[in-house]
Amino acid sequence: MNIFKKSPFRGDRRTVRGMQQPTPPRWADQLLEWFCAPYLLEEVQGDLYERFEKNLRLFGEKTARREYIKSVFGFIRPFAFKRNKELSPPLYIQIMISNYFKIAFRNLLKYKGYSFINIFGLAAGMAVTMLIGLWVHDELSYNKHFSNYDRLGHLFQFVKFDVEKATYDVMPIPLAAELRNKYPDFEAVSLSSNTHSLILASGEKKLVKTGNYVEPSFVDMVSVKMITGNRNGLKDVNAILISESLAEDLFGLENPLDKVIKIDNKESVKVVGVYENFPYNTSFKEVLFLAPWSLYEASRENVRRDKDEWDSNSYQIYAQLKPGADFDKVSAKIKDIRVNRADPPAYRPEFFVHPMSKWHLYSNFKDGVNTGGLIEFVWLFGIIGAFVLLLACINFMNLSTARSEKRAKEVGIRKAVGSVRGQLIMQFFSESFLVVLFAFVLSISIVLLALPVFNQVADKQVGILWTNPFFWLTGLGFSLITGLVAGSYPAFYLSSFQAVKVLKGTFRAGRFASVPRKVLVVLQFTVSVTLIIGTVVVFRQIQYAKNRAVGYDRNKLIEVNMNTPELYKHFKVLKSDLQQTGAVYEIGVSAGSITTQSGGTTNISWKGKSQQGKPLLMANLVSHEYGKTIGWQILQGRDFSRTFSTDSAAMILNESALKLMGFKEPLNEIVTTNGRAYKVIGVIKDMIKENPFSPVAPSFFIVDSRSVNVILVKLSPDMPTSESLSKVEAVFRKHNPESPFVYSFVDELYGKKFGDEERIGKLALFFTILAALISCLGLFGLASFVAEQRTKEIGVRKVLGASVAHLWALLSKDFVMLVCIALLIGSPIAYYFMNQWVMRYNYRADISWWIFVGAGAGALLITLLTVSFQAIKAALMNPVKSLRSE
Amino acid sequence: MKRTYLGEFEEIVLLTVAIMGDMAYGVSITEELEQQTGRSVSVSAVHAALHRLEEKYMVSSHMGEATAERGGRRKRIFTLTALGNRTLDEIRLLRNRMWESIPLKILSALPR
Repeated sequence: MNIFKKSPFRGDRRTVRGMQQPTPPRWADQLLEWFCAPYLLEEVQGDLYERFEKNLRLFGEKTARREYIKSVFGFIRPFAFKRNKELSPPLYIQIMISNYFKIAFRNLLKYKGYSFINIFGLAAGMAVTMLIGLWVHDELSYNKHFSNYDRLGHLFQFVKFDVEKATYDVMPIPLAAELRNKYPDFEAVSLSSNTHSLILASGEKKLVKTGNYVEPSFVDMVSVKMITGNRNGLKDVNAILISESLAEDLFGLENPLDKVIKIDNKESVKVVGVYENFPYNTSFKEVLFLAPWSLYEASRENVRRDKDEWDSNSYQIYAQLKPGADFDKVSAKIKDIRVNRADPPAYRPEFFVHPMSKWHLYSNFKDGVNTGGLIEFVWLFGIIGAFVLLLACINFMNLSTARSEKRAKEVGIRKAVGSVRGQLIMQFFSESFLVVLFAFVLSISIVLLALPVFNQVADKQVGILWTNPFFWLTGLGFSLITGLVAGSYPAFYLSSFQAVKVLKGTFRAGRFASVPRKVLVVLQFTVSVTLIIGTVVVFRQIQYAKNRAVGYDRNKLIEVNMNTPELYKHFKVLKSDLQQTGAVYEIGVSAGSITTQSGGTTNISWKGKSQQGKPLLMANLVSHEYGKTIGWQILQGRDFSRTFSTDSAAMILNESALKLMGFKEPLNEIVTTNGRAYKVIGVIKDMIKENPFSPVAPSFFIVDSRSVNVILVKLSPDMPTSESLSKVEAVFRKHNPESPFVYSFVDELYGKKFGDEERIGKLALFFTILAALISCLGLFGLASFVAEQRTKEIGVRKVLGASVAHLWALLSKDFVMLVCIALLIGSPIAYYFMNQWVMRYNYRADISWWIFVGAGAGALLITLLTVSFQAIKAALMNPVKSLRSE
Repeated sequence: MKRTYLGEFEEIVLLTVAIMGDMAYGVSITEELEQQTGRSVSVSAVHAALHRLEEKYMVSSHMGEATAERGGRRKRIFTLTALGNRTLDEIRLLRNRMWESIPLKILSALPR
């Protein structure tokens, strides 16, 4: 439009200037040319020049120039800036775009089956990806709630008992003071108990809740958010800070401040503050109250005893570094604290600070090196999520390209009428975006429906991050990418058709047009097969460990914590009362739950012990009746018995301990531990107390009724469980009135050991089913397309005498081939990764060949079922109908 | 009575376009306006008004011939559209009707 540049008069102007004719100020002219919209410039500048000439004639140069400048400035108004003469987008673009959408809608409605497969498949893929994304986000933001996230650490130590370094998070008490006083890198240090489960009683209300005993500095370290009360309240001995939820449970709507709570029916403490519950995705989610460390010391003898004891590792220490301090450097400084002191223990502890950013995702150590942990699953599921989304995209691409011939005519006509390729590309993209948009909305509703189940399976409290702009940005960003990826192939492929060929009818998709489609199907099924094999391996591993002989009888066995002094005082009466009810087979007590191993010692010796290594033996303090209660299996010798008074110095070993000690005739051998000599009276079969995937640690059992804290009750096998439970409860209520009757079934406790594996297994199963479903949806669509495309061929074949079975084989053959290729590719991949996973377990189910055969057969079966539906439908069609058209 | 309303300045510009016939372009309209109203009018204001009038489909435009005094640039010639014409008509009728509705007594009593 800018004629000015080409104008023949331009030279004239120069000559005019050359003749010293006054001209408008150059800069004003340039300004005008700069800001004025090009399409307006000619008329505007022309008018201004005309005006200038006139002013020059009438008023002289000075005025004319001044007026000119004034006028130029006068044009600084919006209409002159607008670059586009079009007052609104041109009508034809609006019409065209609305036409694109109209066609897209019509196509969706015309092929409802395909549209369903497209939208639903994509939505399922997006929903899975979204769920995984939310899960990953939750895992990655674990503990980020704390404002000192970057500077908080947990003290750990590596100790060497035998060959490998083991890792523990329990510390000796004096270490805290040492760190606080001698190492300036620490801003704050706090001792903490493990998370205890205690009875909190206020008036008639008695609840068993979990919480920690901590030092006052802990409150600021973990940035506790106070709702009411004094955050420094823990400086007082008889004080307690309680969480909001606990306050509500205990006091309802009453003001909790200054209320008195009785802990374990022993110490009375005053509520000095209420804090906001720690969020669910933090390590302290179960800390519902914070009690002062001084109270811990005052109320427990063993804590007082351990106060200056460097070798009693039973306490947690949390630390906050100064800004700028580096965890690795600090860890190097404190590593040898214990070894450098007098009389270092044989296990040579190395202390280090484990940063909060690694607590949750990097919690595994092997021989003194961090080996990751949950982060592997974050990666794994992230990759699975990406793959599932990819599968869904592949469906979309495949179906669109498969149907390209149907739309080839449309492309031809559009091109003949004047569409350029860019517009066709636009059209197909707008179609794919439309589908993606539907899928996105649908996927959000699927996620909303699935979240409760998902949260239960994954043990999370994840919600859609409605208010998080990042969530929407990624969600929409991903949709955009999905739309681009999924739409790109049809967009570029379809738009490249030549109008003449298509309309003349000579257009045939080439022989190799279906190759990319086949490759994509193979890719899809490779992913599905890999996932199926992986899931089977995970489940087999869990099942294998579950079937492992536990070494005792978990059936009808319950555990009750000895949580009040009354239980200790009245234990004998309680026991005889329980036995009188007839609801109980036997009652035993022990130190620590049967499903955990509470402690071990290296201070142990026996005849013929080698001097190398300091093996750790697990110590179990039990009562005489313990063995009978849990039903352990004695291999040699006898059980503890009250008829032998010498049994206070008797010891029972497990098989692993026997193997370690190497006794040929174990009975009557003498084992010395902690300065006392014990006579071995029996050997039992290994009992799994710890990790069911690991070998059983060498352990011994001795009678010691002083340190016990758990009552084990074997319910009578002849009475229904609910009936015997109510009888047991009555007795407990009678003798322990200050405590609610809280018990746990041992088989449930044992089952929790598989929590992580089962969770992974369930998630993997969930993803696998979805991946397979999405793949099958795609296959279903493709098969129906192929059947439709070959309708005539099938009709002719039928007329010539082909049987239904023959036609079915004809149509299914191609797909079965593809799935077989996918099997060949997927199996080694699955083997490689699953082998790595299984290797982490000491006690593992081998990956045997039948898993691959089974997974392969399963995949083939699904394929055949999917394809056969279409194939048989096509084969059964009346040839008259299919051949009549045209 | 549904129509696009015009501002006072727009109305005057539109009238001027009608007056100028096929000679209506930026400068000529400005000069005519200055003569008719006696007030000083800026070229840019006239351009803006013409622009708005075109948006409202009151006037249409085409590029006219170029002259030397314009540095070889063409003029944009504005002509009244049917809509513009009708709008002016309606405005006049409305005014007339309203003038006629003022009772004579009051009309004569109005301060001059």
